[in-house]
Amino acid sequence: MKAAVIVFPASNCDRDAAVALEQATGKAPAMVWHQETELPECDLVVLPGGFSYGDYLRSGAMAARSPIMDAVKKRAEAGARVVGICNGFQILTETGLLPGALLRNAGIEFVCRTVDLAVANSDTAFTRAFNNRPFVAFPVAHHDGNYIADEETLKTLEGEGRIAFKYVDNPNGSANDIAGIVNEAGNVLGMMPHPERAVSPLLDGVDGVDFFKGLVEAA
Amino acid sequence: MKAKIYVTLKNGVLDPQGKAIESALAGLGFDAASNVRQGKVIELDINESDAAKAEAALEDMCKRLLANPVMENYRIEIAS
Repeated sequence: MKAAVIVFPASNCDRDAAVALEQATGKAPAMVWHQETELPECDLVVLPGGFSYGDYLRSGAMAARSPIMDAVKKRAEAGARVVGICNGFQILTETGLLPGALLRNAGIEFVCRTVDLAVANSDTAFTRAFNNRPFVAFPVAHHDGNYIADEETLKTLEGEGRIAFKYVDNPNGSANDIAGIVNEAGNVLGMMPHPERAVSPLLDGVDGVDFFKGLVEAA
Repeated sequence: MKAKIYVTLKNGVLDPQGKAIESALAGLGFDAASNVRQGKVIELDINESDAAKAEAALEDMCKRLLANPVMENYRIEIAS
């Protein structure tokens, strides 16, 4: 599997994502600067965590309008898998590849800890590798993770099994405890928690290993 | 031509910053203040002499970048 990681100004999990991908695939992903207009040949695009453009205007708003995103949108529409983690999730909602928006955490505070997640749908391209395990644990580290969408969208997400992960103990006020969702076609995932920060016992978490292994197997 | 764009959270969208401001105001004794909501104002100069064209351009800016219709409303004000 070939992967690409998009690098925005003030992305800060791009290298973590690269390490996790290299561990899973055996080769380093392509690192693609946001000013590029074309993507290399790849089966997976990762929009990493961070604070692109300093979260100016709205988290992910500027990054969503950067030159590379047209190519990412086209690639997503062509069926390539796209994963947005944390700031990447915010970017995906800002581009319209995923519905809803991510607001300031309901408790105002930045939340930074490992959280338990219920695998709300074990049958997505992104969660099959967990082998029906009901729970996984990934770190979260965000200020704007409070997912909102209108009632109808929430109903659709629930009804179509498009919620991949739910918080066991909601840290940010997210509607329906949503931590991660997929698009209608099932090839785009956005999630606030960081699987790339849980890929080694040294990092105090290994559930990310299965997550990235799953991405390889799905290729 | 100068313009101001007011971006506000839609009704019903939780505004934790507004809530924090409200409780800080209460802490200062301003008990009469309630329903505090925080928004933003974007000021800009637009190089356009036709007000209708300016308004159309500003509308486009709001739709494509300045506001997120999922959670925000916007209002455009053009100074004559």
